[in-house]
Amino acid sequence: MALTGLEIYKQLPKKNCGECGVPTCLAFAMALASGKAALDSCPYVTEAARENLDSAAAPPIKAIKFGKDSVLGDETVLFRHDKTFYHPTTLLIHVSDSLSDDELSAKIQEIKGLEFERVGLQYSIDGVAIVQESGDAARYAKVAATVAEATDKSLLLLSNDVAALKAALEPLASRKPLIGSATADNYEAVVNLAKDNSVPVIIKAEGLEALEELVTKAQALGYKEFVLDPGSRTTVNTLENLTQFRRLAIKKKFRPFGFPVIAFTVNQDPMEEIMEATVYVAKYASAVVLKTSKKAHLLPLMTLRQNIYTDPQKPIQVEPKLHSVGNVDENSPFYITTNFSLTYYSVEGEVETSKIPSYILPIDTDGTSVLTAYAAGKFEPEKIVEAMNASGIADKVKHRNIIIPGYVAVISGKLSELSGWKVVVGPRESSGIVSFSKTLS
Amino acid sequence: MSVALVKEKYSSKVGEVVLGATAEQGGTRTHTITVGGDSALPFLHFEGETKNRPVIAMEVTDVVPSWNDLIKNQIGDVINNPAAWAKKCVDEFGADLIYLKLDGANPEGENRSPEDCARIVKEVLAAVGVPLIVEGCDNAEKNNEIMAVIAEASTGENLLIGIAEQDNYKSIAAAAMVHKHTLIARSPLDINICKQLNILIHEMGLPLNKIVIDPTVAGLGFGIEYVYSIMERARLGALANDKMLSMPIICTVGYEANRCKEAYATVEEFPGWGDLEDRGVLWEAVTASGVLQVGASILVMRNPAAVALVKKNIADLMGK
Repeated sequence: MALTGLEIYKQLPKKNCGECGVPTCLAFAMALASGKAALDSCPYVTEAARENLDSAAAPPIKAIKFGKDSVLGDETVLFRHDKTFYHPTTLLIHVSDSLSDDELSAKIQEIKGLEFERVGLQYSIDGVAIVQESGDAARYAKVAATVAEATDKSLLLLSNDVAALKAALEPLASRKPLIGSATADNYEAVVNLAKDNSVPVIIKAEGLEALEELVTKAQALGYKEFVLDPGSRTTVNTLENLTQFRRLAIKKKFRPFGFPVIAFTVNQDPMEEIMEATVYVAKYASAVVLKTSKKAHLLPLMTLRQNIYTDPQKPIQVEPKLHSVGNVDENSPFYITTNFSLTYYSVEGEVETSKIPSYILPIDTDGTSVLTAYAAGKFEPEKIVEAMNASGIADKVKHRNIIIPGYVAVISGKLSELSGWKVVVGPRESSGIVSFSKTLS
Repeated sequence: MSVALVKEKYSSKVGEVVLGATAEQGGTRTHTITVGGDSALPFLHFEGETKNRPVIAMEVTDVVPSWNDLIKNQIGDVINNPAAWAKKCVDEFGADLIYLKLDGANPEGENRSPEDCARIVKEVLAAVGVPLIVEGCDNAEKNNEIMAVIAEASTGENLLIGIAEQDNYKSIAAAAMVHKHTLIARSPLDINICKQLNILIHEMGLPLNKIVIDPTVAGLGFGIEYVYSIMERARLGALANDKMLSMPIICTVGYEANRCKEAYATVEEFPGWGDLEDRGVLWEAVTASGVLQVGASILVMRNPAAVALVKKNIADLMGK
């Protein structure tokens, strides 16, 4: 919980010197509480007070950065409708050092191919988890180096052998990989290795109690760049643990769990594995390590991730330019709709089903649906004519017919007058487009 | 220091709804299916009961559907015969329920008579022992005609019939009431309309435990986040004792997911998306998984391979 101004005031030197730019310590405390001032502007604050205040002001889940722009944690809510989720689950593909050189190179190629483009959005896989399964430290270091050489994606180095981990990590420290896992048996060595190389480290224990104990011990080594692994390896237990971590961090500000959490899939069948991973993406995993690296498997999972992490206050929009469906020609019908992606793609899907090649022009309504846009004055005839002119539709079709959504039939007259085109009132819902299209000729 | 788990205390739970009726109850089903009754967020067994696991209804249509071949090939020849198709869904694909969609009633298509529709419903009822969900075509007026006849012809079966919408609910709600069926109330991705419609139907006299809500789903990649948040809010509302939001939720996952290009476009058309076979299956299965995490009770699905995956996912989440 955030501290109140008075609670902060108790920790301040109460000199009222004004050197922070605010006349009194009380006023400064109020400014701190509302996030309008930084503690650093007070020259006289004690170390003890600084520690207390810093930890109270810290976000409920620490942001952990590693690799190539990967950010884990720093979430503030339990439900996306409360605000938004900020840092999409980092997806890492498991690569074992027991693969042969050929298998390894094929796997790397497959991982590098995990770049997608759909509905105007780009998705790409975040990184590779290089896992020691060979028992051979030299092999592990070599595989890590090979993967690092082949891709600039984020890296996770996982080994139970501290010496092997150290050998693989040191040449790659500048890539800032995440390493793991520090367990009750080896935590001092592994956490110190992470600390010496300034990389984040996974703290792993079986169950929440044991993990809390281990995190506390690990923090005593003077390091806090942690990612948590509660060791659960069934879907339902992982869901429960992920939920507890998120609730404890956000609702209770329980500091030992104020870190991002990583989940590992257990299902061996790749399709079942993706289903398992969807649970962790929806419910609070900051990172998931997966074995499958097939495009057909990753696209659905990455699409779900993109959807869940969309800011609910900022609807997804499509580019408000002329789109064409099928092999359009000069006789193709011309539809207009809004640039709210859900509206646009509903219309596009139905137009596609109608099997009549058509043009669709989404009007920029700031991503609102037809009725909302109309009510807000964002679907006005003037604006539509402007968009039509900019799109060059007049040169693309011979006819002069505009199909508008049935809900805005009321703008027909004005639109016809301003554009000089004939306005055809289409169906209210996109589901009516297929039968409507049969009436066009 | 030990870890004190955060267990939410909810004042209420999701309502329970029974589908189908056995001979003793006036129907002909071999068993009934109960949905709803959860007293926590989905699958959080540490703080409440997921009393009835989510169920899967497989979609059967009375005319051969224009679905993609990867689905149609799994269904095989029976696709011409709703009764045999339904039987295959139950016997081979493990469907908990059958969802019969009477597209043939559409005046712009086959324009089947209400009596014809009722006959098909009877045939499907005779072919399977599981409870039945029946929806009409995409023509609201015609649906009012056919559902009245179907409801009467299947009196006592406790079908789940749909759909009641804000501007067209009276006729079907009356049919459900008189002939003792359960009703699907659909609202267009809007929690206030969802609640309002439940109030209107309830005011007509249909008990709350005879209503299942359909908040309108969207396919993966095409707005599933909207229904995700609406369902999550509805579930929290139900747990906080909002009786008009506490009905079990049905999601037409198969219909929505398979409208998405990603579920049917070939790898030749979109080389960057990977093979269609697994992608198509996962598109439907992941859409289902998304809504399961926010409280879906009945998933209406099409692709048998996706059904198998979702059944496994539900079993994993039930801890079994």
